[in-house]
Amino acid sequence: MSNSLGEKTLAGQRSPEGYPEAGGGTHRVSPPVAPRPTRRRTGQWRQRFEIAVLTGPAIIVFLAFVIFPVGLAAYYGFYRWQGYGPPIDFVGLNNYFLIFSDPAFHDVLSHNAIILVLSLVIQGPVAIILALLLNQKIRGRTVIRVLIFVPYVISEVIVGTGWSLMLQTSGAVNGFLQNIGLGALKANWLSDPHIAIWSLMVIISWKYIGFAVILFLAGLQGIPEELSEAAAIDGASYWQIQRRITLPLLGPTVRIWAFLSIIGSLQLFDLVYIIWGQYVASTAGTSTMATYMVGQGRNSGNYGYGNAVAVVMFVISLTIALIYQRFILRRDTAAPITERRK
Amino acid sequence: MMSTSTLTIDGAAGPRPRRSINWSHPLTYFIALVFIAVSLAPVLYIVLGGFRTNSQITVDPAGLPSPWNVGNYIDVLTGSTFWQEVGNSTIAGVSTTVGVVVLGLMVSFVLARYNFRGRGAIYALFAAGLMFPITVAITPLYILVKDLGLVNSLAGVIIPQIAFALPTTVIILVPFLKAIPDEIEEAAAIDGASRIGFLVRMVVPLAIPGIITVGILAFIGSWNSYILPLFILSDQGNYTLPLGVQAFSSQYSVDTAKVLAFTSLSMLPALAFFTVFQRRIVGGLTGAVKG
Repeated sequence: MSNSLGEKTLAGQRSPEGYPEAGGGTHRVSPPVAPRPTRRRTGQWRQRFEIAVLTGPAIIVFLAFVIFPVGLAAYYGFYRWQGYGPPIDFVGLNNYFLIFSDPAFHDVLSHNAIILVLSLVIQGPVAIILALLLNQKIRGRTVIRVLIFVPYVISEVIVGTGWSLMLQTSGAVNGFLQNIGLGALKANWLSDPHIAIWSLMVIISWKYIGFAVILFLAGLQGIPEELSEAAAIDGASYWQIQRRITLPLLGPTVRIWAFLSIIGSLQLFDLVYIIWGQYVASTAGTSTMATYMVGQGRNSGNYGYGNAVAVVMFVISLTIALIYQRFILRRDTAAPITERRK
Repeated sequence: MMSTSTLTIDGAAGPRPRRSINWSHPLTYFIALVFIAVSLAPVLYIVLGGFRTNSQITVDPAGLPSPWNVGNYIDVLTGSTFWQEVGNSTIAGVSTTVGVVVLGLMVSFVLARYNFRGRGAIYALFAAGLMFPITVAITPLYILVKDLGLVNSLAGVIIPQIAFALPTTVIILVPFLKAIPDEIEEAAAIDGASRIGFLVRMVVPLAIPGIITVGILAFIGSWNSYILPLFILSDQGNYTLPLGVQAFSSQYSVDTAKVLAFTSLSMLPALAFFTVFQRRIVGGLTGAVKG
């Protein structure tokens, strides 16, 4: 009870403009900038205590296990270190010189770049078209939504195991081609370096496109129907409405999806590691920065080197993320914290 | 929707949208069916493959079971490996979910409903966490977990998973908690509830849809996670299902049918969870996207 007055001022303060909102303004007797009541001091200490207790555990866990390891990596990256005892063999930037002069690392960089671009180019347009189609009021929409999301819910290990059995030379895909009379198209889907990256792209698209569709559908449902109704009354055709009204309003969702997709492409590990393993991946042309890191670091006992690769990955991801946020996401992300829900 | 159709009938351009809808529906169904078929074919391959024998698979890799054979599934279900790994995955999944929901709800409540300096900074800290999936931190994280003596224990998987699931949780929950009208908070305060009382008695029940969303996402994330258990868990007795699937498929690499049976059984729980709660997940994504 003691801070119920303070409560109101706080609530009032949260809408900075101070415009009376419809129906909500009646309680605000004093203008937002008015001096606070006398209980302010105790209320403030109490609030500080609550904030500390409520945010403390999450922040500590987050800093300790997400942020701190990245700092650790930067430290260990300067050492040649096998992971036992304290690191003593300081090598300066030598690990980084080795990384950037290793042709295998150049390979993984280009693989990651290919995966990044192809993921956007393949999944984006297909998912938008599918979302537009499925956004109509058709029967069985719920069932369709569940079914197209299935690949996303299944773990990478299962997807990898299933697809590698299907794609192996004596697997179901080649068997199916044989059965329908297209035996000439049989191929070594996983081991042929010209084909393997495309097989990977098929698997990635298959696994993640459902997520894009669901995300876009969610975004489409946030667009008021009145807009397209009004346009329809004005004589706009279905495709005109989609192109002029729906797609621009879907923009923020598409940009967030692209961001998630880019980050995911840079971090890709599970599928490649499960299907190809660390050795075959590099000969088949599907190795990524992450499989390189695990293969050259932990699996060969070179923890110093592995950490240096982690730092390189981190810097590349951060740079791309920041550039993307700065130039593309900025207008979308300004809202959530600065504005109260409209 | 009723109003739409009446409007279009009345409007000058009425016939056109109506016709385009009539034309496009069969096409929509067709495309949806093709898409669903493509989505489900590999899953069906795994499930049906489990009902075949190895000789059937060798003779015709893309065929259907004939005759159907439940032996592989029975072998897996009566063995101890599968159930032990289900148990480990369940412990890891439930603990991660509870931890994420409790910690995430506490911090999101403060970010959504308290006004203080540093609020934006804390939000930005968690939002930045979205950019760093576990892969980039795994090598040093492994060393950290090893130094804490948690290697080869489920706790060593659970705690980092909580930390890495917090960003998504905060991003989804904050808009949810902001949407609770101030009037409810004021009414609770007038009735004598403290901020914490308001959190426990009003916010938690009102935020149940959001809590379920983040809970399910955390659970499925934990159930499916691979790289962290791969680094942390070395003893087969501690394996979670993804590690188990991989170990099983290399151990029985010649017994394809059994591998397929094991694989399809291990994807059931996540699928069942998702099917039951799909509305919540999609709803939660809508909230997150709209911000």
